[in-house]
Amino acid sequence: MSAHAEDARYEPVFVGERRKRLDVILERYPTKQAALLPALWMVQEARGWVSEDAMAEVGAALGITQAYVKGVVTFYTMYHQHPVGKYFIQVCTTTPCLCSGADKVVDAFLDHTGCKELGLTSPDGKYTVIEVECLGACGFATPVQVNADTIENVTAEKVPEILAGLK
Amino acid sequence: MTAPGGHQLVNLTIEGRPVSVPAGTSILEAAKTAGVLIPHYCYHPGLPVAGSCRMCLVHVEKSPKLMPSCATAVAEGQVVQVHEPRADEARKGVLEMLLINHPLDCPICDKSGECELQDFTYQEGPAHSRLRDPKRFNAAEDFGGDVLYVANRCILCTRCVRFMESVHQDAVLNVSERGDRAVIGRTEGGDLARPWAGNVVDVCPVGALLSKDFLNKARVWELDRAASICTGCSQGCNIMIETRDTSVVRLKPRPNPDVNAFFMCDHGRLDYRWMNRQDRCAAPATGAGESDWDSAVTAAADALEGRRAHIVASASLDNEVFWLLGRVAKKTGGTVAFAVPTGPEAPLPGARDLALRADRVANATGAGLLGAARKDDPFAGVGPGDALVIADLDPAGVPVSALEAAGAVVWLGTVHPGSLSKLNAALPVANVAECEGTLTNLRGRVQRHLQARPAPGMARPAWSALADILMALGEEAGYQTAEEAFAAMAAAVPAFTGMTYATIGLRGAVVASSAEGAP
Amino acid sequence: MGYPHKPHPRETPVISKHFGDPEARSLAGWKARGGYRALEQALAMPPAAVIDVVKNSGLRGRGGAGFPTGLKWSFMKQDDGKPHYLCCNADESEPGTFKDREIMRWTPHALVEGCAIGAYAIGAQRTYIYIRGEFTEPIRAMEAAVAEAYAAGLIGGNAMGTGKQVDIHVHKGAGAYICGEETALMNSIEGRRGNPRVKPPFPAVSGLFAQPTTINNVETLTAVPHILNNGAEWYKAMSLSNPKSTGTKLFSACGNIAKPGNYEVVMGFPFRDFLYDLCGGPLPGRKFKAVIPGGSSVPIQTMAEAEATLMDYEGFVAQGSMLGSGGAIVLDDAQSMPRMIARLTRFYAHESCAQCTQCREGTAWTTKILDRIVAGHGTFEDLDTLLSIADNMTGKTICVLSDSCATPVVSGIQKFRDEFEALIAGRRSSTVAMGGHAVARAGASA
Repeated sequence: MSAHAEDARYEPVFVGERRKRLDVILERYPTKQAALLPALWMVQEARGWVSEDAMAEVGAALGITQAYVKGVVTFYTMYHQHPVGKYFIQVCTTTPCLCSGADKVVDAFLDHTGCKELGLTSPDGKYTVIEVECLGACGFATPVQVNADTIENVTAEKVPEILAGLK
Repeated sequence: MTAPGGHQLVNLTIEGRPVSVPAGTSILEAAKTAGVLIPHYCYHPGLPVAGSCRMCLVHVEKSPKLMPSCATAVAEGQVVQVHEPRADEARKGVLEMLLINHPLDCPICDKSGECELQDFTYQEGPAHSRLRDPKRFNAAEDFGGDVLYVANRCILCTRCVRFMESVHQDAVLNVSERGDRAVIGRTEGGDLARPWAGNVVDVCPVGALLSKDFLNKARVWELDRAASICTGCSQGCNIMIETRDTSVVRLKPRPNPDVNAFFMCDHGRLDYRWMNRQDRCAAPATGAGESDWDSAVTAAADALEGRRAHIVASASLDNEVFWLLGRVAKKTGGTVAFAVPTGPEAPLPGARDLALRADRVANATGAGLLGAARKDDPFAGVGPGDALVIADLDPAGVPVSALEAAGAVVWLGTVHPGSLSKLNAALPVANVAECEGTLTNLRGRVQRHLQARPAPGMARPAWSALADILMALGEEAGYQTAEEAFAAMAAAVPAFTGMTYATIGLRGAVVASSAEGAP
Repeated sequence: MGYPHKPHPRETPVISKHFGDPEARSLAGWKARGGYRALEQALAMPPAAVIDVVKNSGLRGRGGAGFPTGLKWSFMKQDDGKPHYLCCNADESEPGTFKDREIMRWTPHALVEGCAIGAYAIGAQRTYIYIRGEFTEPIRAMEAAVAEAYAAGLIGGNAMGTGKQVDIHVHKGAGAYICGEETALMNSIEGRRGNPRVKPPFPAVSGLFAQPTTINNVETLTAVPHILNNGAEWYKAMSLSNPKSTGTKLFSACGNIAKPGNYEVVMGFPFRDFLYDLCGGPLPGRKFKAVIPGGSSVPIQTMAEAEATLMDYEGFVAQGSMLGSGGAIVLDDAQSMPRMIARLTRFYAHESCAQCTQCREGTAWTTKILDRIVAGHGTFEDLDTLLSIADNMTGKTICVLSDSCATPVVSGIQKFRDEFEALIAGRRSSTVAMGGHAVARAGASA
């Protein structure tokens, strides 16, 4: 689809084991396109984010255009469209968490990571902090997701300890 | 809305008017047959239904909710009200929402005057906005090809996305992001330099997708329009020629389900500047120089007297012209030939039998039906006993050897012949935008084009000039109008039997021997 | 990962019986607790008989709409020669709701079994369990359970040796609330943007991959094995108020409440007792002010309404709200209602799929106005505008996300107008936390 996919500097994701894994996933669905979300997850696991080149590669593998893939990538908030810190920290601030003090948890993370602003990565490349919409763990306010792990009942006071555990 | 044979008719009432339409028809389309235009944005008859703008909500009796008329099929006995208080309020609400972030920059928008947002707001929208907060802003973006995207005016109807996805079948546009951050997006390198992509400008109901070619060229209410046929290839797409003062400034597709659906290709769309050429042949001439028409016609007849006419013509000339050229050939024992420039074929996959055809002329089929021969080198074999008749070609394309070999040369041209080494008569003729006539497309469909601008100087339609020559040669050819010339041709040529300008109308009619759709 | 509480004596643990019991998560552990007997029983029955049992039990959808499950299953035409699909909606994203998460974390095999029975009943060869991407732990638990069930031959091409095909796959979402809407979920599985589809056609006619499809919530499917094991009458008998609401239901409680969590009670349980007894009432020194009882999309209740409510489909409606997904968000007297509602509408503005005009523009516009009111720059006119926008957003779009955004605005202004007016008049209540943190960047995602 795109010249980028053939660009020598771009290293394809779907080779070797990953290609085999994609083939297994493809068998679960009657259409190739249905493997789009799983394929994008594989890209993100491998590269940390989903680049335009990767969108072209996924599109070529599944018989859809790069632009179509991008429309899907931008719909789902969990796909990173640019590189993020080593620890991607998502703090739930939707109403049930907000009324439990989630805003203070966000502030604590921004202060202690040096990220300063939501969505920015800390100067050491270690952290990116964002507010996330309802994580579905409202009874454990405030839930915080660090990469693939969920930490429940986080308060502003617990933030330094959590960050210490990440080092 | 086409109803294959045997489809059951459904009877319903729309705005108090009874209508009968085939089962499966949407309320929106059924309303059109009743003469009621239900306001809508995302719906387009040439695209898959999205049902998302919610502008076409109507009240359907016994239904608790307002129904989207584009996505609701008709039902027997249905009673539909378009202008009912709740439906009116709902559409007003949609218009208000569409306008809150809209820049309202109609004075500098090319779409102004043919904008559906403008039209429906004027018709039934709110007079004021209640927005007290800053508007959203997104930068304009060059989408490549002939298309500019002005995101601030976009109403996210997704017609362009659906056109590229389902009709062009080259999904280079998408909806990116969600909620009110959503915009029409594309990828690096994925631009709209694609054969049919310019249609996104036509399907866009607002000023979000604009033609770069037409940008800031004219206000649309200053334009005059004439129905015509594109001469860019043998498909014969139905078009509108739009002129400002007397210059052609834009070509637009004119819907015809039998030929081009709602579309035309970029090759045809952007190829109109020749219609405004300044180096036109505007005065008749004899070998001695500029003259009046009578002298030039006499000189042409003299040149043909006692010689075989070796006629080489543009295959984009009208049927009427080819018929008269054929009569000249027959009278003198000569021939009519034409060459066909070709290019790569570019189909529009989502439309039936629609492509930018390899043959880049409009009337090769008609020319063939009327006895002209397609040749790679139509000038070959010109000799001293021949009068070379050159009809609507570029002088640069005429081989000097043929001019030198010919016994005489007659020029019927839209462009000035310049200094040909031999020239007995030059007759200035009108181009396709300047006269009425008919063309036959590759499927044998005879279609009319109307006059969109005046011919320059003393130029006359080619059929008229040829009729005069034939009369000077002693033939019957006293036609006063293109329609009379066509009627005479229809009476004489079996393929056109029974056709009249009235029966052809603006959708065309297929010649007798050609089954439509046959290759 | 936190363990859930010990069941309160007034709870009726059926689905939640093994929450907190790590051994129940494995196949062996689940079988030891009676697992997969219901599947075995179902596979020996004609599919129509399975549907009849579910119909007779009175089980209704636990995802929010409350549609009778057996009836839904019966819409699937048997033996029509088409592939059938079952989708399990595990996209639990409704603010205030976190019950399915716990079902999948603690009893993944219960869901596998429920899916297998459902798939068999509707003639679906394939089932997709669509789990929201943020649920990393439930996804791991479900993937492990599915793998175990395949390895043991409980599901697959020859489920339990019966020759029936029952394939189950976990499909991971990627961050989109709207994918909990059934047709959006189908689009998402198909590799598209999660846009809800215009209906009709309904899923039972043309759903996933344009084939007949049934979609059920996690809790709904998890209840099915219990119904088969104990009988429809047993389930139907569990009803404390309206006989149209049967069985037990997992209710979630969160927000300003002493003991947030999931509680399983029989339909018709008094909401007052739920809030004050099971959940321990307000936090020390506080008073309850309002409850959003069924996830964030239902009308806000005053405490008078909440305390008069019986917890079933009809009971919540009778007190001005809806049961919804059963997730109660409790707000106390320290909270500013306009601020909490503004944060909810921001959620919907963030999650709107962008198809329908009223939703795409209305959710964002509503949020702009509410944010301005909360910031102290509102006008009294704004309240009328908000109500009018809400009216434009209700009942006019492809799905109900737009309505869901309008609901808390309308009920909030109706029931707590004084708080809005106080902010507009510049009188911030000293007892209410306004928070200084800028909850900006609605689109903030990396």
